Amino acid sequence: MAQIFRPSTNTFARLSIFGAVFLLAVLAWVVLAVNRSPYVTEAGVVRRQPVPFSHKHHVSGIGIDCRYCHTSVEESAVAGIPPTKTCMNCHTQIWAESPMLEPVRTSLRTDTSLAWVRVHDLPDFVYFDHSIHVQKGMGCVTCHGRVDEMPLMWRQQSLLMEWCLACHREPERFVRPRAFVFSMDWKPSEDQLTLGRKLVQEYHIAKRTSCSVCHR
Amino acid sequence: MKPSQRQTTPLDLGALRARLQAEQGQQYWRSLEEVAATREFAEFLYREFPHQAAEWHDPVSRRRFLQLMGASLALAGLSACSRQPEEHIMPYVRAPEEMVPGKPLFFATALPLGGIANGVLAESHMGRPTKIEGNPEHPASLGATDVFAQAAVLSLYDPDRSQVVSNAGRISTWSAFLTAISAALETQRLKKGAGLRVLTETVTSLTLAAQFEALRTTFPLAAWHQYEPVTRDTARAGARLALGEEVNTIYHFDKADVILALEADFLSPGPGSLRYARDFTAKRQVRAGHTAMNRLYVIESTPSLTGAMADHCLPLRPSMIAAFARAVARELGAIAAHDMPSEMPEPQAPWVRAVVRDLQQHRQTSVVLVGEQQPPVVHALAHAVNHALGNVGNTVVYTAPVEAQPVDHLESLDALVRDIEAGKVDMLVMLGGNPVYTAPANLHFSEWLSKVKLRVHLGLYEDETSALCHWHIPEAHALEAWSDARAYDGTVSIMQPLIAPLYGGKSAHELLAALLGQPERSGYAIVRDYWQSQHHGENFERFWRTALHDGLVPDTALPHRETKSPSVPTLAGEQPAAAPQGLELIFRPDPTVWDGRFANNGWLQELPKPLTKLTWDNAALLSPATAERLGLRNEEVVELRYQGRTVRAPVWLLPGQADEAVTIHLGYGRWRAGKVGTGTGFNAYALRTSEAPWFGSGLEIHPTGERYALATTQHHHSMEGRHLVRVGTLEHFLAQPHFVHDMAHMPAPELTLYPQHAYEGSAWGMAIDLNACIGCNACTIACQAENNIPIVGKTEVARGREMHWLRIDRYYKGTLDNPETYHQVVLCMHCENAPCEVVCPVAATVHSSEGLNDMVYNRCVGTRYCSNNCPYKVRRFNFLQYADDQTPSLKALRNPNVTVRTRGVMEKCTYCVQRINVARIEAEKENRHIRDGDVVTACQAACPTGAIVFGNINDPHSRVARLRGEPLHYSLLAELNTRPRTTYLAKLRNPNPALTPPQEHG
Repeated sequence: MAQIFRPSTNTFARLSIFGAVFLLAVLAWVVLAVNRSPYVTEAGVVRRQPVPFSHKHHVSGIGIDCRYCHTSVEESAVAGIPPTKTCMNCHTQIWAESPMLEPVRTSLRTDTSLAWVRVHDLPDFVYFDHSIHVQKGMGCVTCHGRVDEMPLMWRQQSLLMEWCLACHREPERFVRPRAFVFSMDWKPSEDQLTLGRKLVQEYHIAKRTSCSVCHR
Repeated sequence: MKPSQRQTTPLDLGALRARLQAEQGQQYWRSLEEVAATREFAEFLYREFPHQAAEWHDPVSRRRFLQLMGASLALAGLSACSRQPEEHIMPYVRAPEEMVPGKPLFFATALPLGGIANGVLAESHMGRPTKIEGNPEHPASLGATDVFAQAAVLSLYDPDRSQVVSNAGRISTWSAFLTAISAALETQRLKKGAGLRVLTETVTSLTLAAQFEALRTTFPLAAWHQYEPVTRDTARAGARLALGEEVNTIYHFDKADVILALEADFLSPGPGSLRYARDFTAKRQVRAGHTAMNRLYVIESTPSLTGAMADHCLPLRPSMIAAFARAVARELGAIAAHDMPSEMPEPQAPWVRAVVRDLQQHRQTSVVLVGEQQPPVVHALAHAVNHALGNVGNTVVYTAPVEAQPVDHLESLDALVRDIEAGKVDMLVMLGGNPVYTAPANLHFSEWLSKVKLRVHLGLYEDETSALCHWHIPEAHALEAWSDARAYDGTVSIMQPLIAPLYGGKSAHELLAALLGQPERSGYAIVRDYWQSQHHGENFERFWRTALHDGLVPDTALPHRETKSPSVPTLAGEQPAAAPQGLELIFRPDPTVWDGRFANNGWLQELPKPLTKLTWDNAALLSPATAERLGLRNEEVVELRYQGRTVRAPVWLLPGQADEAVTIHLGYGRWRAGKVGTGTGFNAYALRTSEAPWFGSGLEIHPTGERYALATTQHHHSMEGRHLVRVGTLEHFLAQPHFVHDMAHMPAPELTLYPQHAYEGSAWGMAIDLNACIGCNACTIACQAENNIPIVGKTEVARGREMHWLRIDRYYKGTLDNPETYHQVVLCMHCENAPCEVVCPVAATVHSSEGLNDMVYNRCVGTRYCSNNCPYKVRRFNFLQYADDQTPSLKALRNPNVTVRTRGVMEKCTYCVQRINVARIEAEKENRHIRDGDVVTACQAACPTGAIVFGNINDPHSRVARLRGEPLHYSLLAELNTRPRTTYLAKLRNPNPALTPPQEHG
């Protein structure tokens, strides 16, 4: 009887074993890559809003400070979305008739809130606090990106836990002087790590990585 | 009542007695079943989850099973692919003042029970009240709350609350109601209100009283009746009897060294109870350098929280207490000697002697007080005794009554019924209350009610009473309406709403204004205008704002009143109480649903009752000896026959209950309470008459042979080990200060394979003083409210699946008939060598840098290994989707800072980590360390006696660190070397040597 398996079968067998391992590795890599991709994290996805509000225009064009609208960023967990009244502080005078601003005027007239689409949406089991980050010298730009260059808002960062932890483990890589927290274009004048280590000392920044710091 | 499926082993009480005798009372036991070592108890002891607790018991058909499986598989597959749904942010159009998004605001208000207010601070998140805290500046609260205050937010958001005005069961409107009553009111105006009656509960509101004055001007012949089932009528009658006038009695336990409580449960919710509990336990704290303790004698028919705290407790039938009081009064010379012809029988006689001697040695620093369940003459005797001892003016002070119009409620309701009977009543307006359900059975209130031509009911629920009324008006909850109320000492609080009425409810003020022809007046205007009319100084706005901010109107506590010296009516030929024949029936307000008004509050329904540990039901409580005599056992359904009326009730054996006396709690057996409360328990009001509102003899018990399963938590989470609760006497402690330490072997800390942690910053710890804990349950409900803990229902509780993070274990020591009772609060120990952490396969429970045992819900896959490995049994598993995430109103109830857990997730006490984080963030923003007292856990805040102390054990000056150095300090199951962060201070008792047989201490 002739042999069923020729000697070359050995090669195929070896190849298929290696192939299977390789395939699994590729699959795992694909899964991880997809999880980190903007498809899942929605980083970089521009959101449509009821009013095409341009941070670029208001921040870099007019020079309004972050805190003019996001009033509670220094004292509360949430930065705060401005009430319609804040928009109308200016827009009763400027662009008072603009059709783009009709939803804002309607909101004020009918006393109904504008329904903004949340851009930075953390999972509900995460409890983030703006005030302490601002206080410890985390710049707005570090997480939110160059808002002054965004006509419409998008999420700059992935908001994955590994991204949070990158800073919670090594805050010296991201911290900046308190005076420049709200600055859009601050660049460290010296080496970031040298400056960062100094600031971590000065601001008593603890590397908090316990689960209950954010999850509870 | 559904018959029970469960079979239990019958208990041989004779054998139990013998066993307890053999152990010479050194053993602590949780229940009769534990002493008997039954299989059911072993099940709860040895298994974290009782047999088949993890399984799905409800009948599921094969088809349904396939549907469920298919759906869950599909969902499991799909959920992995789902992306985060788009969320919207809805900012204000015009932001309100002082509102910082993400930060809660606290508003001072008050929550009345039986008309008497406790000052509270309500926490409001973006306009939603979510949590009640005590008001530290309020004299009745001092920062503490009771269970009812804690549960008030759930009642507020209860989806079963009535939501529309209804007319004869059909939806109607407020304006239709106004039109409908205007004709009737016009008729009444012509008759000077002769046919108009208003029925309220106890009223202490000055504004409401002023409105009634106005009503009397418009309708001079109209009458105001008051009725609620749990009142202080007997105390008022006793004062009239002894002092010739109505007084409000206030006790100063902070000055009292010897206290004799005759059926007086001053530690359970009632006027001033929080303050009393604080003052009473403060005199029992034994710390380095301070070794004095007060002494409490309690004579009671039904075990109570006060009885459990007693140094000496004597169970006595309620009808015998008068004789005891008379004997004490005679011995003290408060009444004439011939007033007590015969000697007291055993075992009371030595008691009388010992108590009298102790009281005599503590003139001016003792208190004798009597519960409202005792007849007026006993109250009169107490007045006489307090006077004879010189206590009046020291530990006992009198003021004018706090009620706006003190009346005898039973008489008032009786008068109303007689007026209806006589055809005098054309229009009856009921402002709150539920008299159809709560009225004494012999008045036949519901039958007479239907004779009234126009019946209007204002109520939180469409309940039994509104079903028989023409008009039902939804009532605004106390957190939704403006009002005012007095505290136990008369201090007035202005109650301010935390939220606009959810369902357009009206307050009593607004409905009364409508009767006065001013339906457009808001509650705010009514209350404010009243206070403006009373204000004589200049700046009313300033006064008003200060009163609202502080939660009380300054200087409104009633002044002390001088009274004439008390006189007690003599027995006048009456036969002194020979032991009465036959069984006695005792009525009590329920410790969790009160008179039935909280029946639809799931938190309170599921809260284990302090002594029976029953949930969701009431029962006929019998002493073991009486049950033995009658051949009854737990859960056996009996027919209670009393004065020709019968109810069927399950039996529950309660050690410490007086023999030949059966206690039943009011508040159950409601037929229109709502989805939660309807059909729980049996209706004790069906046996209650106006002649015997609190107790009476002549009860018959007839076994039915049926069984009814009761859900008790007394065995749940039983721990195995030695010296769980440690108790000694003051004398023993003074002789051997380290006896608590010597009770257990403490392994050296390094004797462990677990990695050691170093804590550089804070290290959180908690100390619980068993000497201060009165077992009131406020902490359990506070924890439930703070941490979004769901309720699970009776069947799930019976399987041991209740979710309370914090439980109160009750232990007995001694005989079956009169054991000592101890409470022990048990929550997560946050062990340094935590057994749960090492067994979690997914690192869902891990050690934090501050020593917290973190539970990470989003990692938990539900293996339950952690729970199996926890010797303290403090972990709770969501076997089913217990949290109601569908009902819209309940979403508003949640604490936004705590995750709502889903099915399949383990949870447990976090030491209120959300509060720790807030304190830490605030401290770090100010560049300082967290100060002692910055973090107050929910249980600690609620505790009326300050038994729970939380803080940083790394800071040697913190209160908790100092308590950990006390000689009474010990750890639970220390021999396991888990090194818990939650630790205890042992309990000390201060017995009278004259009443204690000499015994060995163990």
